[in-house]
Amino acid sequence: MTLELGLNQQPAHTRQGSSIGQPLTRRDGFLKVTGTARYAADNHPPGMLYAVLAVSSIARGRVVSLDIEAAKAHSGVVEVMTPLNRPALATDPDAKDHPFMFRLDLLQNDGVRYPNQSIAVVIAETLEAATEGAALLSPRYETEPARVGLDGAESFVPRGVGVGNPAVQQMGDVEAGLESARTRIEATYETPAQYHNAMEPHAIVAAWDGDRLSIDTPSQGLAMAQGRIAGLFGIAPQNVHIRSPFLGGGFGSKGMISGPQVLGILAAKLVGRPVKLVLRREQMFGPVGHRAPTRQTLRMGMDGEGRLTAISHHARTTSSTFDDFFEPAADASHTLYASPAIATSHDAVRLDTGTPLFMRAPGEATGSIALESAIDEAAHACGMDPLEFRLRNYAEVEPMTGKPFSSKALRECYEQAAEAFGWAGRPLEPRRMRDADGYLTGWGMGTATFPAIMFQAEARAVLRADGSGLMETGAQDMGQGAWTAFAQIAADGLGLDIDQIDFRAGSSDLPNAGIAGGSGHTATAGMAIHNAGAAVIARLADLATRNEASPLFGAGNEGVLARGGRLYRRDDESRGESYTEILARAGLAEIEGHGKGAPDPTSQEAYAKHAHGAVFAEVKVDPDLGQIRVTRLVGAFAAGRVINPRLVRSQYYGGMIWGVSFALHEEAVTDRRSGRIQNANLAEYHVPVNADVPSVEALLVHEDDPHVNALGIKGVGEIGITGTAGAVANAVWHATGVRPRRFPIRIEDLLG
Amino acid sequence: MRDFDYFRPATISDAVAAAAEPGSAYLAGGTNLLDLMKGGITSPERIVDISRLPELNRIETLDDGGLRIGALVRNADLAHDPAFAKAYPAVAEALLSGASAQLRNAATVGGNLLQRTRCSYFYDTASACNRRQPGSGCSALGGENRLHAILGWSDACIATHPSDFCVPLVALDAVVEIEGKEGRRHVTLEEFHRLPGDTPQRETVLQPGELIVAVRLPAQAASFASHARYLKVRERTSYAFAVVSAAAALVVDRGKIRGARLALGGVAAKPWRARSAEAVLLGADADEASFVRAADAALADASPSGDNAFKIELARRIVVRALTSALAGTPAVMPALPASPFSSLPGVRHDA
Ligand SMILES: Cc1cc2nc3c(=O)[nH]c(=O)nc-3n(C[C@H](O)[C@H](O)[C@H](O)COP(=O)(O)OP(=O)(O)OC[C@H]3O[C@@H](n4cnc5c(N)ncnc54)[C@H](O)[C@@H]3O)c2cc1C
Ligand code: SF4
Repeated sequence: MTLELGLNQQPAHTRQGSSIGQPLTRRDGFLKVTGTARYAADNHPPGMLYAVLAVSSIARGRVVSLDIEAAKAHSGVVEVMTPLNRPALATDPDAKDHPFMFRLDLLQNDGVRYPNQSIAVVIAETLEAATEGAALLSPRYETEPARVGLDGAESFVPRGVGVGNPAVQQMGDVEAGLESARTRIEATYETPAQYHNAMEPHAIVAAWDGDRLSIDTPSQGLAMAQGRIAGLFGIAPQNVHIRSPFLGGGFGSKGMISGPQVLGILAAKLVGRPVKLVLRREQMFGPVGHRAPTRQTLRMGMDGEGRLTAISHHARTTSSTFDDFFEPAADASHTLYASPAIATSHDAVRLDTGTPLFMRAPGEATGSIALESAIDEAAHACGMDPLEFRLRNYAEVEPMTGKPFSSKALRECYEQAAEAFGWAGRPLEPRRMRDADGYLTGWGMGTATFPAIMFQAEARAVLRADGSGLMETGAQDMGQGAWTAFAQIAADGLGLDIDQIDFRAGSSDLPNAGIAGGSGHTATAGMAIHNAGAAVIARLADLATRNEASPLFGAGNEGVLARGGRLYRRDDESRGESYTEILARAGLAEIEGHGKGAPDPTSQEAYAKHAHGAVFAEVKVDPDLGQIRVTRLVGAFAAGRVINPRLVRSQYYGGMIWGVSFALHEEAVTDRRSGRIQNANLAEYHVPVNADVPSVEALLVHEDDPHVNALGIKGVGEIGITGTAGAVANAVWHATGVRPRRFPIRIEDLLG
Repeated sequence: MRDFDYFRPATISDAVAAAAEPGSAYLAGGTNLLDLMKGGITSPERIVDISRLPELNRIETLDDGGLRIGALVRNADLAHDPAFAKAYPAVAEALLSGASAQLRNAATVGGNLLQRTRCSYFYDTASACNRRQPGSGCSALGGENRLHAILGWSDACIATHPSDFCVPLVALDAVVEIEGKEGRRHVTLEEFHRLPGDTPQRETVLQPGELIVAVRLPAQAASFASHARYLKVRERTSYAFAVVSAAAALVVDRGKIRGARLALGGVAAKPWRARSAEAVLLGADADEASFVRAADAALADASPSGDNAFKIELARRIVVRALTSALAGTPAVMPALPASPFSSLPGVRHDA
């Protein structure tokens, strides 16, 4: 799939020289602001029917009856899919061959294991008929008591947390460290269940042609989705073609193909016609993942100079009764602060909820708000400025492993953000600052961090006789700007202007670009693109330097430079020739190259790789009424090479606003008896509105990293949440003297 | 969505005649009704679309100096009407603190009065709810109820009325003009909404098929213009319902309170006129001590209906602050953040 747009519509792209580092506007921006970008649900293949889910209103039990007759009798309803007639699958949806194969609810039986689980699918000629058909099913249940809340069941220690980290880890002797400490703090913090709530609901348009399947659906991981679907239906992966040119946000909830998406495919199979299925907002609160709640206890000891002697971080979290994902919250304490002893541990309870999943900064976000709050408490206990305390405990090597950092410009982040914010002169004691209008004013800070992760990716590059280039990789644009950043890397990789590049992504028939997740997409797919470009240039250089007729003859592959559609001699830039000339002389219509992106195992062993940042927040709190307003946020981040500063800054803004959301707004409210979520809509599930974020500033701190990958890219997608949430919480404390212990912070917590 | 008949009357009498059929509902801005229909909370058989009745779209000054606001005047149009905002600033401020710009552009005067509670169990058809299904029980009791009522609730229902607009209106003695088969009648807004008692499903005194044609403000309501505020505490700066709100209006003469109006929002199944507090204020010194006494009087009968005891203390403080702000005087221009505790912060108005 090619992004259909004329670049001449966007003069901002017109520039000279290398593409990487340029603040280009989004290449897909024009399509989006004019409403012509086609998202999955915008597709209407001929003969298409509409499918609507019927979902369970109980948390646990069994469906004992469905009025299928009534639904079918409704005008326009074509079919009702239930466990009785659901087409057979080649794989049991409850099978789990590897940790990232999440169990799906695909009408395999009449069981209900969480609210909003799919229990039937109604397929009709119109959306309205399908919706009414689903209502007419009037399910009856055999209900068992729901298990709700962090104490809702017996706890256990999971085998692994997050992506398979050990649930319990220890370095040094924490108890001895606490024992020897001059000052100690202990504090417990709670974070709520949160739901990704991407603006675009999970949607699918599926069409079968024999055993070939064509689908439009948003996916953060096309190759993984393709493999999972192929496995479920017992067809070859190449028979599954997924188009996902744009995602209206994913945040992790579109990383794996979800149950409802597969039900859309099953529905199309059942009726033998293309089918569209789009989740309703409230149906996104269950089957497509969430961030599990946590209760975290931190203990810290400090010596007489304010140096940490021990950090102990324990996190209780929750998972579903039938699958495993455990929010690795305590692991946040592994990397940031130097301490001779660190212990982290997790336990969990199994509840009648959908399975939690990766949600933007999984573990890092939840862990960070608790860790940064505790660090703030520790600094205050030592009578130290929170920035000074953090610098006193600055980790020169990764504390948990002792590995050197591949790069770490955190000091510069602290410095630049503190300077821009105007941190100096902040009173140590809380409730000391009032503004002219009498509002309590508080300043808080937090450290941001996120690992620099890489997955596996491939790309294919082609240079054509006319001098234009093609770059293909199945990359995914969730709104972060992949269409633009990857085209910039492709342009530099091929030594062409960006306007000369045809960049293709967002489709499963392109080379596997890995997943858009873990803040690792730009690094991973970017390296594949870079290497594919380099492979083409190497072949081109080979053609030129071996040919006597070329001005580059004898320069050797290493002796040439590619730029602006020409190769030059490195030692004499006046000698060179164009790509077209080289290809014409060789009589070639095009040359092709392939590239891979993957982490380098040796540097992986040798270095700890993380992006870092520092965030400072100012809040105002009404002294009587407890309402909070974040009036200023300043962050500075160092995350290796910046491909496109405009896009990167947007990622930081988005992350920082999410941090405000974490501290002050987001919470799924679950009925303590039924287990049903009470605010499964965007009116009552609050995220910040414009008025909540009057001023956000993100500074890009220069950082060269020779170890993460050849391009020096870390990742920027998630780090902004970390640090910010804690900074806001700490600012609220500084304003009021009340230490927030549960999030989001509520008015009643501050009424005193 | 269920099938329904759609009828667009040309006159008020046609509308009332059409809605006389059982199972009818008037459609105004649709911002609440359509949500309720999509969620299966109400399923009218017949929609009587009054949104294009021109007679209901006017703001008129009456001979006695009062004001008559047509039921279809959009919330945004009313708030931005300069003469209206000048005479009834607290009402304009309340309107602008509600919902979002898009919703205010669609929402109407009549619809705002008749919007249903935001109690989550009312919206959740899988839960028992006496208001939605009489006799089924109240899931909010013993459930997630930190935002529920602290005044006037019963064991049958602890929901609140969510309107901002209605709070200053009830304080200013607004009257609802109603047209029915038997002709026109007038009911004070204070009497218009009902407390739940044993029949929470009966939310107002409207009889089936009756149409709100206008809301009237008596001439005296404008006498508070220089000392009238609305204050709304909510969980984000904009686009959120009130946790608790208050409208306060004063007439002050040489340090003495000569006229006082006070009403609370987000505390009961109706906009709550605090008459006992007004009695405390009348003739008292215009100072904080009086305001504290008024707040105590306003909340004297309050009791938590669940995990919401904090709302009682919050309401007291809001009353004191709203009265203090009213005493300080109506701001010359609409604040950037209308009704917000942060309304004194400068800035361009945030409409969402
Ligand atoms: C996300 C969201 C946030 C909101 N936030 C706020 C807020 O902060 N503060 C606030 O005050 N409100 C808020 N609202 C509610 C909003 O103000 C109401 O939805 C709106 O005022 C209803 O007006 P309408 O014209 O759209 O009514 P409709 O939806 O058309 O009608 C509502 C009800 O009134 C009946 N009706 C309408 N007009 C008449 C009439 N003339 N005579 C008799 N019956 C009539 C209808 O039959 C229906 O039962 C919010 C709404 C939403 C969706
Ligand atoms: S409080 Fe009222 S609206 Fe809410 S569940 Fe109870 S009866 Fe229904």
